[in-house]
Amino acid sequence: MPKKQIHLAAHFPGVNHHTVWTDPSHRPETQSSFASFQHLAATAERGLFDFVFLAEGLRLREHRGQLVDQDVVGRPDTYAVLAALAGVTTHVGLAGTINATFNDPYELARQFATLDHLSAGRAAWNVVTSSDAFHGANFRRGGYLAYEDRYERAREVVEAARALWDAWAPDAVVADATTGDFVRPGALGTVRTGGRLVDIEAVPSLPRPPQGHPVIIQAGDSDGGRELAAQVADAVFSRHSELADGQAFYADVKGRLARYGRRPDDLKILPGASFVLGDTAAEAEERLREIQHQQVRPSVARAFVEQVWNQDLSAYDVDGPLPDVDPVTDAPSVTQGKAGFFRDPLVVAKQWRELSEAKGLSIRELVIQVIGRHSFVGTPAHVAAEIDRYVQEDASDGFILVPHLTPHGLDEFVDRVVPLLQERGSFRTSYEGTTLRGHLGLPPADAFGRTADALATVS
Amino acid sequence: MSRARPFRLAVELSGAGVHPAAWRLPHADAAQVFTAPYWVRLAQHAERAGATLVVLDDTSAPVREQHGALVGGLDAIGVASLLGPVTSRAGLAPVVPVTYLEPFHVGKAVQTVDHVSLGRGAVQVGIAAADGTPGADDEARRYDERTPRDVDAAWREADDVIEVATRLWDSWEDDAIVLDEVADRYIDRDRVHAIEFSGEFFSVHGASITPRSPQGRPVLVLRGDDPRALAVAARRADVVRVALDDATPARVDAVRAAVADAGRDPATVTVLVDVEVLLGAVDSEAGARLRTLDDLTRRRPAANELVGGVLGVADGLVDLVARTGADGATVRSLAHATDLPLLADGVAPLLRDRGLLVEPTPGGTLRDVLGLARPASRYATAR
Repeated sequence: MPKKQIHLAAHFPGVNHHTVWTDPSHRPETQSSFASFQHLAATAERGLFDFVFLAEGLRLREHRGQLVDQDVVGRPDTYAVLAALAGVTTHVGLAGTINATFNDPYELARQFATLDHLSAGRAAWNVVTSSDAFHGANFRRGGYLAYEDRYERAREVVEAARALWDAWAPDAVVADATTGDFVRPGALGTVRTGGRLVDIEAVPSLPRPPQGHPVIIQAGDSDGGRELAAQVADAVFSRHSELADGQAFYADVKGRLARYGRRPDDLKILPGASFVLGDTAAEAEERLREIQHQQVRPSVARAFVEQVWNQDLSAYDVDGPLPDVDPVTDAPSVTQGKAGFFRDPLVVAKQWRELSEAKGLSIRELVIQVIGRHSFVGTPAHVAAEIDRYVQEDASDGFILVPHLTPHGLDEFVDRVVPLLQERGSFRTSYEGTTLRGHLGLPPADAFGRTADALATVS
Repeated sequence: MSRARPFRLAVELSGAGVHPAAWRLPHADAAQVFTAPYWVRLAQHAERAGATLVVLDDTSAPVREQHGALVGGLDAIGVASLLGPVTSRAGLAPVVPVTYLEPFHVGKAVQTVDHVSLGRGAVQVGIAAADGTPGADDEARRYDERTPRDVDAAWREADDVIEVATRLWDSWEDDAIVLDEVADRYIDRDRVHAIEFSGEFFSVHGASITPRSPQGRPVLVLRGDDPRALAVAARRADVVRVALDDATPARVDAVRAAVADAGRDPATVTVLVDVEVLLGAVDSEAGARLRTLDDLTRRRPAANELVGGVLGVADGLVDLVARTGADGATVRSLAHATDLPLLADGVAPLLRDRGLLVEPTPGGTLRDVLGLARPASRYATAR
């Protein structure tokens, strides 16, 4: 039996503490210059990756009422960069996060159809939703979506997009100069959605995309997010990059597919992962420590703890112990525009105090422990073996790698780890197809296989 | 006859060409009209023709099956972005009907066209079909909006969208990214500004997510045919496009007058007249091609149409510019597949030989080419 194949993707280094901007190679234009995006995409393509992945910004993050200034800030428009990459790459998939709350469904469907046409079948859309007024303040739609409606909105938007992508029959364009039929008569359907949250009527302006449907990625981790993934997604960008945790998530999400008439292979689980390489294990550990200190600089450590304590801690030395006061729990969050993940700050503060007392950690060292983890650390041989093990043991179908340097952070991985994965027989030695669906081993999008309760109708 | 003056060319790309039957000509390659190579090829012809600007037509008008016509079209911002890295001289102006769109997204997408083209980004702002015009209801229904705007409201809204976009383009000062390791800060937050826009149709609070683009502000193109559009163009536009409905030069003068009335220096605004062009190597070839096209689909010819061999069309362009006083012409080719190679290899060399073609050189920004200063951010403060 052939070995299960690894799927790799590359995330453009993000607007967060993970991206090291203090490296001498980093210039003011590094995060927005097209050359950076082109380099990462070319490197991913050289490494035979399935896709490159871009996140999205809707509003600059704020902390304590001011713009966050200690991390990378600013990025170009996701869709426009992906379209630009379409012209300078040939095989690698082009994936982007675009928010389904603050974008119009018709426009979204048209943009991803355009991207799929321009890239000859390499587009992917990571569908996210937000409901908060903070982001809504930049949009005419405002913060109108109720929190509990966010997955319903995502589902209706994806259904609408797929209906729009299906509205032209697959063989609609005949371009018959003799008869004068550019499209086959009757081949264009009108989409009527009529959903509670998405109620539009349209004949789209584009033929069915080369992939049928661009690849849909989903990133939500809650029960609702997992169910949405099982129902509509082709891939999941998960955060479960540890073995046991990953296996549990993998089994849970894949186990939900059958109820939608889907097979386990129809949905790929791709956790985000970081890596640090060295010629020896000791050298990799040393580089890891160095990178962690570049990532968790004093201001990053302080802002991170302030996020939990929900107050100004500028009086505290980050090389000293955690604050002896308790977090403020009855005020709005000091941090805006960033996914909050501290459900109960008092419990978190208690855990952190215990951890730092037990190990004698300063604030900065504690934060390194909490957010400085890297998924794969070691020699190229070790990292290749670990990645392979995670995939073979069903903790994932591969990884979305997040380098810590822009734009050269992936080079070393492609040069040193990819050949070892190929030697192990777990990774392709050439692209076999030209579409992203092909790379991911997904079934063709079936124009007429939408679920019976699909909201949208084409007539 | 007026004296020949040097001028600029712009090229508008739309489907297979302006003539509804253009896609049916041999070599039109119409089955490829939704692919990247098709658009790259056309844009490269336009660049070889010395075009200052390539306009990528788009519409939010509803799609309808129509016998004999090419149906559908790609999103112009996507096509302009695609072309950014694979062209080197021409400005890239996607047409964006902004009526139902999010101003924040439009602003940062156009900034990004400027980033990926290294400073050749532009946008031609337009509106959706206004209330009472054909297709307006259908157009509104495809968005969450249910009812179309009347034309006055649509232009007031477009004006607000431009205001928001230009504020977003300025919201990061040029030197906002400081990479100050000692102070431990990536940006100087005093150099990134919330735009705080609140208007009749929408409000937009924050700064752009995108750092300032190479031109500072991408070039703003508007049509000046309609009085409402002209009112916005006079105050806002870097480039104003007009069509000539009766071969009178007055329209170009009217644009310049409107710009002056708006308190701006008309010398800072490039005025381009539209001209429909069908080319053959010689006149007879062009004439035969036009007959072929008109036999396939009858249409009403444009008031200002040049049909002929390369020599005649070159003369016609020179004469058009001389008699209208425009800064240049926007070529709306009737049949791209044959017209654009002839424009590049026939017409442009003739104009060059006569020293009449003002064309961009690689590496410059569109603003440089148009002689426009790179604007300082309106938020920049003396320090």
